[in-house]
Amino acid sequence: MASAAGSGAAVPFWRAAGMTYITYSNICANLVRNCLKEPYKTEALSREKSPVQTQLKGNELRLALQNLQMEGNLFSLLKLSSVWSVW
Amino acid sequence: MFRQATRLLVRPISRTGSRRFSTDLPVAETADESFVEAWKKVIPNIEPPKTPLSFMQPRPATPSSIPSKLTVNFVLPYASELSKKEVDMIIIPATTGQMGVLPGHVATIAELKPGVISVHEGNEVTKYFISSGFAFIHANSIADVIAIEAVPLDQIDSSSVQKGLAEFTQKVSSASTDLEKAEAQIGMDVHSALNSALTG
Repeated sequence: MASAAGSGAAVPFWRAAGMTYITYSNICANLVRNCLKEPYKTEALSREKSPVQTQLKGNELRLALQNLQMEGNLFSLLKLSSVWSVW
Repeated sequence: MFRQATRLLVRPISRTGSRRFSTDLPVAETADESFVEAWKKVIPNIEPPKTPLSFMQPRPATPSSIPSKLTVNFVLPYASELSKKEVDMIIIPATTGQMGVLPGHVATIAELKPGVISVHEGNEVTKYFISSGFAFIHANSIADVIAIEAVPLDQIDSSSVQKGLAEFTQKVSSASTDLEKAEAQIGMDVHSALNSALTG
């Protein structure tokens, strides 16, 4: 969101740094959860895990891409060959 | 660009068709009348099934005199902390400062900062620390407060708060990119709010 209300009103510092409200709010919630006393803390941290899996990152991503590439090469080899019965 | 300005500025302010608050509108109907009529024409012997509209509760209208109690709905993503609770007053930590909400408060939407929300009912005061959220106060003295995390103050561990405060104070000074600075600042805000909640 490039323009704030009234194009000139003060934006919050997190918005100016490029963060959305959802990100800001989730960071606040995680910080609060980390400051809880023991039985409540474990309950709260289990709530933090979202049901949606995050994408592969970093090294995992690199390895996954390498695997895809290898499979891709194999597939194209098989397509060229006449041995379709393998599939 | 401003040719229409004079005309627009002097047009009458209150005209039929100008926007009104949602709580000023007449109470919405609770049964689907056209559906029921059509059903009865075709199947007069069997009772018509209930439509989703009949399960909805009508929006309470704005009373003409100020009610004596404020109805609070305090909800979290995973639970409803307070549901239609009648209280005397709530104090919410809005970004513009501590805001006290009494029955008959003007309709407001307030963004909340990490802080303590206190619910006053007779002589008892219940306090919760909320991580951030919004408060919608309607003209009919119903307040909806939504937050992502809300904990009673006795569930907060003061040693983690002190540790976090020290860690983020150090991060604020050593942060390089804008994003890191913003995160460190958020950490500072949250932990200092937690600290003042524990001590205040």
